[in-house]
Amino acid sequence: MTSATSTVSPTSGSSRPRARAVSMAQVSYRDIRRKWFNRFMLGTLGVAALVAVLPLISVLYYVFKQGIAGLNLEFFTQLPKPVGETGGGLGNSILGTLTVVMMATVIGLPFGIASGVFLSEFSRSRFTYTLRFCVELLAGIPSIILGIFAYALIVVPMGGFSALAGAVALAIILVPTVAKTTEEVLKLVPDHIREAGLALGLPRWKVILRIVLWGSRAGISTGIMLAIARISGETAPLIFTALNSQYWPHGLLEPVSTLPVQIYTYAIAPFEDWNRLAWTGAMTLVFFVLIANVSMRLILRRKA
Amino acid sequence: MSQSKPIVNPILEARSVDAYFGAFHAVKNVTLSVRPNTVTAMIGPSGCGKSTFLRTLNRMHEEIPGATMKGQVLLAGEDIYARGIDPVQVRRRIGMVFQKPNPFPSLSIYENVVVGLTLAGVKNRSVLDEVVERSLKHAALWNEVKDKLKQPGTSLSGGQQQRLCIARALSVEPPVLLMDEPTSALDPISTAKIEELLVELKKDVTVVVVTHNMQQAARVSDRTAFFLLGEVIEYEESSTLFSVPKDKRTEAYITGRFG
Amino acid sequence: MIRNSSDRRFYGVLLAASLVIVLVLGAIAAYLGQLAWPEIRHSGIGFFFKEEWDPVNGQFGAAAFIYGTLVSSLIGLVIAVPLSMSVALYLNELAHRRVAAVVGFMVEMLAAIPSVVFGLWGIFFLVPMLRLHVEPVLGKTLGFLPLFQGPPYGVGMLAAGVIISIMVTPTITAICREVFRGVPLTQREAALALGATKWEMIRLAVVKSSWSGVFGAIVLGLGRALGETMAVTMLIGNRNEISASLFAPGQTMASVIANEYAEAGGGPHVAALAYVGLALFVVSFCINFGARFMIERLKLRKAAA
Repeated sequence: MTSATSTVSPTSGSSRPRARAVSMAQVSYRDIRRKWFNRFMLGTLGVAALVAVLPLISVLYYVFKQGIAGLNLEFFTQLPKPVGETGGGLGNSILGTLTVVMMATVIGLPFGIASGVFLSEFSRSRFTYTLRFCVELLAGIPSIILGIFAYALIVVPMGGFSALAGAVALAIILVPTVAKTTEEVLKLVPDHIREAGLALGLPRWKVILRIVLWGSRAGISTGIMLAIARISGETAPLIFTALNSQYWPHGLLEPVSTLPVQIYTYAIAPFEDWNRLAWTGAMTLVFFVLIANVSMRLILRRKA
Repeated sequence: MSQSKPIVNPILEARSVDAYFGAFHAVKNVTLSVRPNTVTAMIGPSGCGKSTFLRTLNRMHEEIPGATMKGQVLLAGEDIYARGIDPVQVRRRIGMVFQKPNPFPSLSIYENVVVGLTLAGVKNRSVLDEVVERSLKHAALWNEVKDKLKQPGTSLSGGQQQRLCIARALSVEPPVLLMDEPTSALDPISTAKIEELLVELKKDVTVVVVTHNMQQAARVSDRTAFFLLGEVIEYEESSTLFSVPKDKRTEAYITGRFG
Repeated sequence: MIRNSSDRRFYGVLLAASLVIVLVLGAIAAYLGQLAWPEIRHSGIGFFFKEEWDPVNGQFGAAAFIYGTLVSSLIGLVIAVPLSMSVALYLNELAHRRVAAVVGFMVEMLAAIPSVVFGLWGIFFLVPMLRLHVEPVLGKTLGFLPLFQGPPYGVGMLAAGVIISIMVTPTITAICREVFRGVPLTQREAALALGATKWEMIRLAVVKSSWSGVFGAIVLGLGRALGETMAVTMLIGNRNEISASLFAPGQTMASVIANEYAEAGGGPHVAALAYVGLALFVVSFCINFGARFMIERLKLRKAAA
């Protein structure tokens, strides 16, 4: 490589890559190759982002395209019809999901919030490390295993499948999710606020409940909503706890139809009518989950 | 700005350089020339724009989101900001050593020194060996590390790491080396070693060093520029600037009345 | 500090609730063990090395499910890890702030879609695409490998692997983003000041120093992959056999439970399935434990530095 102003190099060496080239007009072949390789690799990163996002777009597109066809009042209010008859709806599944999810929230929420508060406010306790560890492990358990647990805990002694069993399984999924977000949100509250409350003469528990917890209610509610959205979509733990049914829910201790399970059943069935109901059901589920996620995020962003 | 006799054939020349962070005008209309094979110091109180100006000299300023600049910087007569000039090419010719030593932790000492070459595709082991030895000797570090070249770059002390960074910058044989407060994070002994080094280095490289330490500037540099609030107040032979400064503000700064 | 009795009661209530959580964890292990005990006593460890799964004749071996879980998870990770790393780098280093916000949000939304919906989409979109377009091409070009031999069913190991990769990507991407963001600015500047191109800077300063964090992300991704049930069940073909080809149907530990548990008549079948569940529980437990341990160690090392 020649240069406009070259200086004498301290050592000789014909195999040296280059002398002290100063002019930037001199660009070697290697430099050009580096430049284009750089553009290529950065391009592949962009392509990767596209590839990662495509499934989402595709799923949303298909779910809404196929699902919208069956969207009518009947879908929300009617029971499924026997095979061969057109029409019918998944009203029972929607009601069933609402029932089971509500029960799971009632069962699990106290434990989730309590442990979240404990982890945040009493973090110096010896027990905290163990608890945090257990919450993490619980969160990592495949949901179908929780189904087996609920089966052994409730279905077996009761002698039958029930909405309660399904709710218990879902509650166990709810607890670590709520605990983690509660802890995170509470930890954001600066210590001087707690000190201010204590300095006013309030007992610790009042400070925690009335000031810290109440002040974080937006973030905690968001966490709860997201957790509810999540368990609404869970299928595996319900398959052999709440089982399924073709009728309206008729008792917390009876099997109940839930939307995800029904979608599963109808999706793998060879009947087109059922497939169509599955799509509309999936659309309903996705719509609900998306609205919950998007609105919760918007609320959080506005607060921040 | 006051300046004594102009420099002919400067290796580095800034012409009316302005630098901004968004709307904040950090460097105001700086014009400055650097003679080859000299050490030029830039002094001034904190936040006066000297580091920012330094970074416009090798196009590192533009890497900060929201940062812009105006003006020209000429390296051997060519404007590094000309259209079509790749910043990558500029930085290979104008090296930089930072305030906090930053060798790559995932690379060994050897690999750290020649990383500039390996990136350029040089694979020849004997060439690399030679460059490692030459650069480390140039940075006065060879004797201390020649037996542990395979160890990670971060296993050295602070002063040694900084000399490693100097060796790394020198390995690609840049005509100009910029140094941004290279000794402010180091102990006095390492600082002294590096100051000795600077005087030696100017035989092969042109050095521009930003420093907080006036005594250091007086010790090692040939010319010194005094920066205040983004402007160059005085740019003079160091011996003159530190004994009979022409501007009252320069005098106030070097006698410790502020900054 | 707990001074008065009302505080003590409050603490007690919280503690009790938290203890329940710990107990539940133990109870899960206990109940699983109890359900699975007949089969554990009967087959022992050999259960996991036998392939034959015959509920009718009471012969149970989980080898096929172990194989299926491993292979589908492996395919999932092989696709998802480079993809997720690239997406994380794109979002952190390349994209404009607003584009990054939108695309990042979309990747996160992938995690919110229920597994069963992925399964539904998989059945009617992914499977036909694999069966009609992808697998025939793979079979023609790479058919000399036993991996790509056999008739292209569409459903099977490959479909399961692909859907796992889609569902695991948000997790790995999020962790990688965090890890890459943690690389100090000084490292990046060092690379750029040497005249490195942007990609070289990314490779040298960002990726090269983040491998332990990325490894943690991979392990967590694996943990999630193991637990994916519904989408995998719907796309894997549900055949309780080991097969060399990726086109062939198979079964994972989670999918066999999902498939057969509800109708499992009789003790031995349920016990065998519970045994599979216990194994899944233990494996995911170990993986989560391992990942946590690694992340804690990384945090300590960063704090010390």
